Amino acid sequence: MKIADKTTSAVSLVKEALEKAKKYENKNIFVFLNEENALKRAKEIDEKIARGEEVGRLAGVPYALKDNFLSKEGRTTASAHILEPFEAPINSTTVKKLENEGAIMIGRANLDAFAHGSSTENSYFGPTKNAKDDERVAGGSSGGSAVSVALDIVQFATGTDTGGSIRQPASFNGIYGFKPTYGTISRYGVVAMASSTDCIGFFTKSTEDMDLLMEICSGQDENDLTTLPDYYIKSEVKKVQKIGIIKDFDNEKVAPEIRNALKNKVELLKSKGYEIVDLEMPALKYALAVYYIVVPAEVASNLSRYDGIRYGFRSEEAKNLDEIFAKSRGEGFMSENKRRIMIGNFVLSSGFYDAYYLKAQKARTKIIEEYNNAFSKVDFILTPVSPNPAFKLGEKVNDPVSMYLEDVMSVPINLAGVPSLTVPAGKTEEGLPLGLQLVGPRRSDKTLLSFANELKEESDV
Amino acid sequence: MKYFPTIGIECHVQLSTKTKLFSEVDNDARGKEPNSCVSPVDYALPGMLPRLNGEAIKFAIRAGRAMNCEINTSSRFDRKHYFYPDSPKGYQITQFYHPIIGEGYVELPEDGKKIRIEHAHLEGDAGKLTHFDTYSLVDLNRVDTPLIEIVSMPDMHSAKDAHDYCKTLWRLMCFAEVTNGDLYNGNMRFDVNVSLAPEGSDELGTRAEVKNLNSFKSVERAVEYEIKRQSKLLDKGEKVIQETRGWNDATGETTGQRSKEEAKDYRYMPEPDLPPINLSEEFIEAESKKLPLMPKDYREKFNGKIAEDTLEILLDYPALMKSLAEVKDVKRVSNWFASVLLAEEKSAEYLNDLPTGKQLNDLAEMTERGELSSTGAKEVFLKFFDPEMSKRDAKTIAKELGVIQENDLGELEKIVDKVLADPATKQAQEDFKNGQEKVIGFLVGQVMKESRGKANPSSAQQILRKKLQ
Repeated sequence: MKIADKTTSAVSLVKEALEKAKKYENKNIFVFLNEENALKRAKEIDEKIARGEEVGRLAGVPYALKDNFLSKEGRTTASAHILEPFEAPINSTTVKKLENEGAIMIGRANLDAFAHGSSTENSYFGPTKNAKDDERVAGGSSGGSAVSVALDIVQFATGTDTGGSIRQPASFNGIYGFKPTYGTISRYGVVAMASSTDCIGFFTKSTEDMDLLMEICSGQDENDLTTLPDYYIKSEVKKVQKIGIIKDFDNEKVAPEIRNALKNKVELLKSKGYEIVDLEMPALKYALAVYYIVVPAEVASNLSRYDGIRYGFRSEEAKNLDEIFAKSRGEGFMSENKRRIMIGNFVLSSGFYDAYYLKAQKARTKIIEEYNNAFSKVDFILTPVSPNPAFKLGEKVNDPVSMYLEDVMSVPINLAGVPSLTVPAGKTEEGLPLGLQLVGPRRSDKTLLSFANELKEESDV
Repeated sequence: MKYFPTIGIECHVQLSTKTKLFSEVDNDARGKEPNSCVSPVDYALPGMLPRLNGEAIKFAIRAGRAMNCEINTSSRFDRKHYFYPDSPKGYQITQFYHPIIGEGYVELPEDGKKIRIEHAHLEGDAGKLTHFDTYSLVDLNRVDTPLIEIVSMPDMHSAKDAHDYCKTLWRLMCFAEVTNGDLYNGNMRFDVNVSLAPEGSDELGTRAEVKNLNSFKSVERAVEYEIKRQSKLLDKGEKVIQETRGWNDATGETTGQRSKEEAKDYRYMPEPDLPPINLSEEFIEAESKKLPLMPKDYREKFNGKIAEDTLEILLDYPALMKSLAEVKDVKRVSNWFASVLLAEEKSAEYLNDLPTGKQLNDLAEMTERGELSSTGAKEVFLKFFDPEMSKRDAKTIAKELGVIQENDLGELEKIVDKVLADPATKQAQEDFKNGQEKVIGFLVGQVMKESRGKANPSSAQQILRKKLQ
C-alpha cells in the first residue's frame, strides 16, 4: 500500500479521504463519517513514525467499514431503523485486526438494512448511487463499500457476502471484491445475516492489496467456532492449468455485454495457453430456490434478538409486552427484512420443516458435491457475477422476485462455501462497469487471488 | 372406575460448571448483583457467536454415565425460537434432534424398579423475570447456565414412584458432582406428565403436564392431586385436556395454564453457529472413569458396616459420604453423623463444611484407645462444625474441652492411692471387702472427682479392684 513507502503522512491521507467523502456526499456512501477519531489516529501514527517506532502494515491507510461491523467508533446500525441508536461496546475481530495494523476507519458505509438486498435500496438511510452513474444502483448489499473504493475515497473497504453482497457491487462498480472460503475470516462482531453462508471479505483495486488484507484478517478465531484452522498465511500459490466455464450460465437471460466480456476473457486465457473446459453443473439450477429457503430461515432466527427489550429501537406506541415485540419490530424493520422473516418462519414452522428446510439442506449437499466434482476437473471456474450490469434505481425494488433473480449466479457459491473473486472485465457501451467472478475450490484463496492477475487487461477499468 | 396412572418426568439439572455454556462469565450467580454475570454473548448483542464450554460436555458425560446411559459420539445443537424477555437471543440453544446422552435407566433403591431414560440433552437456561404491578424486571445472570434436561420414559405408575425417581435422580446428579443440587434455588426442576387409563386398558390416556416443581414432596403431591382430579373428570364422563398446569404449593392444587393445542411453534432449526460435537470413544471412556462413587457403590462398600436405615439417611449428603469413604472406623463415625443429623436435627446446610478425613480418623482412634468417653467424643465431633474450632485437630479440641481421659496408669495409680488414703473412703473400702459390689461405683466416683473428670473410669475401677483384693 502507498503509505508503506512513507512519501506521504497518515494525516494527509486521512484528510484527503475525508474531503473526497464529502465531495461525493450526493452518492450517499457513508452513514457516518469518523472525522475526529480518524484524524486523531492518523496523528498518533505519524508521531510513531516520527519517533521511529514500528507501525503496522496498514499504518495510516484509510478504509470504509460496512456498517454491519461492530466498532466502538460511531453507531453500528446495519442501516436498519431498529439498530439506529445502537453503540457497540466492542470491536469485531476484523476491525481489531485492521486497527492493530494501523488502518484508519474514516466512515461507515451504507448497506441494505441487515444486508438484505442486491441494490442498497433497502437501507433505512436511502440508496447509495453507482460510482459511474447517479441514476443506477450501487449494487448490494455492500453498496457503500464498493462505491467508496471505486471512487478512490479509500484504499479498501470491508464487506460481507451472504449471497453475492461483495461480488455483485464490485462488479457493478468495476473493482475487485473477494468472498473467501467460508470460515476463513471470523464473523465475530459482524451483525449476522445467515450464519451458514455469511462471509467477511474486502473491496480493493488490486489483487495485491486483497492478498495483504487476507494475510492480516484471515485465521481461526476462538470467538467464532465456524472459523477454519489457519491456512491462508500458510498457503503456497499453485500452478493453474484448466479453467471451467458453466454452459448453463451462457444463456439469453444473461445480458449480451456480459456474455461478450466472458468470451473475451476466455480468449485471453486460451491465448495464454490455459485449457478451457465446458462444465455441466445441473444442480446449480436449484441453488436460488435453496438459497431463498435456507437463508431466510437463518435470517428469521438471527433477527429474533432485535426485540426492543435490551437495546436498539423500542416503539413508543407499545403498551404491553406483546406490543413491545410487535410494534418495535413492525416499525423497526424494513419491508425486505419482514419479507425474509416471514419466509424464514414459514419454512421452519412445524409441518413444513421437512418439506422445505430439510429438503433444501439435501439439495445444498448436492450443490456442494457438484462443485467438488467440478474442481476435480478444473482448477477454477469463470462465470458472470450477475445476469445484468447495474440497473436503474427503483427498477426492481417493487419486484422482489426479479431482484432475487439477480442473485442466480452468485448464491450457489455461498451455499457451497467456496471462494470467489470479482474481477473487473471492461465496460458497457454506456460506460457501465462489468465484472466476472473467478471461483475456486475451498481453501484455494491464495492461488485464486494470484491467478486473477492473468485476467488483467488495460481495457478492464 | 379404577384407573391406572402413567407418569413420565422431565428434569432440568443446572450444571455447576465454572463458566456458562456459551460464554466465559461466571456461572455461579449466588449472591451477586442482577445482570452482573452477563457477557455480550449472553446479552445477545448483534454479531455475537456462542462458544462451547468443554467442561459442560464432560459434565454431561458423567451425568449420562450416572444414569447408565449411552453417550452419543456425535451430537449437535439446535435453536428453539420464542419471544420472551428471559430469552435475549429470541431462541434457546438446545439439542432437539441429536442429544448428547442416549438411552439408559435409573434404578429405584427401595424396590429395584428400573425407570428408563429416553435421552438427555444439553441446553442453556433462561433468565429470570420478577413481575410487579405495572412492570417486570429482567435478570440475565442465569441465561445460558448449562442445563441437562433428562427425559424419562413413562415408566412410573404412582405418586411414590415419581417421588422416588426424582429423589434418586437428585442423588445421582449430586454424587456425579455435576450440580450443586440446591433444590430451593431451582438447581433441579421437574415437569411431571400424568395420564390415567382405565385399569387393564392398553392405551394411554390424555396427559396433563405439571411444570416447574422443585421438591420431591411437591412432585408427590402434584401427582396425587392430578390422579384425583383426572379420576373425577373421567368418572363424570368428561375429557382430560392436554395442557400445561401450574402447581400451587400452598393450596396443594394444580391449575391450567395453556393448552397444548394453542402451544407455540418453536420452529426448531440446526444451530449454524456451532459445529457438531464429535467425541472419540477414548475421550468418553476417560471421562466416564472420572465418575465418582455412586450411591450403589457406597451401599456395597459400607454393607455390614453401616446399618441400612442409617445409610439411607446419610446418602442424602453426598459430600458426607465422600468423607466417610476416607474414614477407617466407618461404623463409629457414621453413627456420629447419623446422631447429629437425627438427634440434633441439623440441616444439610450445617454439613456444608465437613470435617476432614484426618480429623475424623484421629477422633475415632482417640475414642478407640479410650482417651475419650463416648460423650466426650461426641462433644469434640460437634465442635468440628463450629466455625471457630472446625479447623483444629481432634486432640486440640479435646484438650480445650478438657475431655481427655487419664490413661497414664502410673498417674492414675497415684490418684487411686490418694483416694484410698483418704479417711472419708475407709468405710466404703471395708464394705467392698465385705462383698458389697456396688460400693465400687462410689470409689470410682471419688477417683474421677480427684482427677477432675479426666480419669478413664474403667481403668480406675481395675486399679481399685486390684488394690482392694
